[in-house]
Amino acid sequence: MEIKVLGPGCRNCEKLEADSKQAVKESGADATVSKVTDMAEIMRYGVLSTPGLVINGKVKSYGRLPSVKEIRTWIEEEKKN
Amino acid sequence: MIKEFADWLSYKVFEMQAGTHMADAVNFFVYDTIKILLMLTVIIYVVSIIRSFFPPEKVKKILAHKTEFVGNILAALLGIVTPFCSCSAVPVFIGFLEAGVPLGVTLTFLIASPMINEIALVLLWGLFGARIALIYIGTGMVVAITAGMILGRIPAVERMVEDYVWEIRMGNVEPPKLTWRDRAEQAALHTQDILRRVTLYVLIGIGVGALIHGYVPIDFVATYAGRDNPFAVPLAVLIAIPLYSNAAGTIPIVQALMGKGMPLGTVLAFMMAVTAISFPEMVILRKVLKVKLLAIFAGILTIAIIIVGYLFNAII
Repeated sequence: MEIKVLGPGCRNCEKLEADSKQAVKESGADATVSKVTDMAEIMRYGVLSTPGLVINGKVKSYGRLPSVKEIRTWIEEEKKN
Repeated sequence: MIKEFADWLSYKVFEMQAGTHMADAVNFFVYDTIKILLMLTVIIYVVSIIRSFFPPEKVKKILAHKTEFVGNILAALLGIVTPFCSCSAVPVFIGFLEAGVPLGVTLTFLIASPMINEIALVLLWGLFGARIALIYIGTGMVVAITAGMILGRIPAVERMVEDYVWEIRMGNVEPPKLTWRDRAEQAALHTQDILRRVTLYVLIGIGVGALIHGYVPIDFVATYAGRDNPFAVPLAVLIAIPLYSNAAGTIPIVQALMGKGMPLGTVLAFMMAVTAISFPEMVILRKVLKVKLLAIFAGILTIAIIIVGYLFNAII
């Protein structure tokens, strides 16, 4: 599973990256968490308000900080697919 | 009720003599701090709920291909309710242009969004009253609309935007379906986050304001920077530029200065410059605007704000 955190490096983006790693650890999923800081690439996902969270190419949230619990539900969803 | 509490705390608990400088300052501090923090909590919460309906991803669709005047007015209105921090100025700018929002309309949005924000409005309303808060919203919108329209009409203005901006292609994202519960939860989180960030500044601002209120002679500002001093307005704007968007800390101080004779126009100009023009903001905008357009942008904004200052000093 591929998890991407979209954001140019603001405080919330760093928090989201840490929370995503936490969610991966808790769920035991086989997933990589990486950061996307390039503006052109962030915008290719259609996201204007950062931080954004993309799992397996799907934009799950943007413009806010989802909770670890929420991220876990999305990871579980993607596991089933 | 807050008033009674402030009186009780300063005159009964601290046993201070009503009417002395010290008692005045403490009373003023307790009263204003409680009032402003309560107002911030309620109003930021309500605005956050409204905001959840207008993410920039949706706003750009509303503004796309709008004609000049109507587009600028809409942009200024949407700028008030749209979530915006200077870290998202660049993506918002690029995203709007890519969606077909005219350049002048986009710039109106970028001016209005930080200038008319809920923190500034709460402080204005709480400390200066509803009338001045409304005047601020009105003039702020006029400044944003006029500056955006002038900038949009510069010949070949498109070429003064960095070239790479025009090459970016945006994907399309489905807006997440939010329930009322989601909105309420997110608004609560957002309110906590903002309160955590501004409380200290509010305390410092009101504290300094309270000292000015209690100790500075009544016509102090009127003597040195009153209506008759033609340099007061530009000077206020110059002082405001380094105070990066810190409405929470500066508005209480300005309010105290107004009590000592600072005229309304100077007050308005100062606050607009605090929220709308700042050095860090310009550094961020430099990523999308070439130096020439950035200079014109900052210049027009500064002149517009100075005009607001002189105008209100002359008519009120």
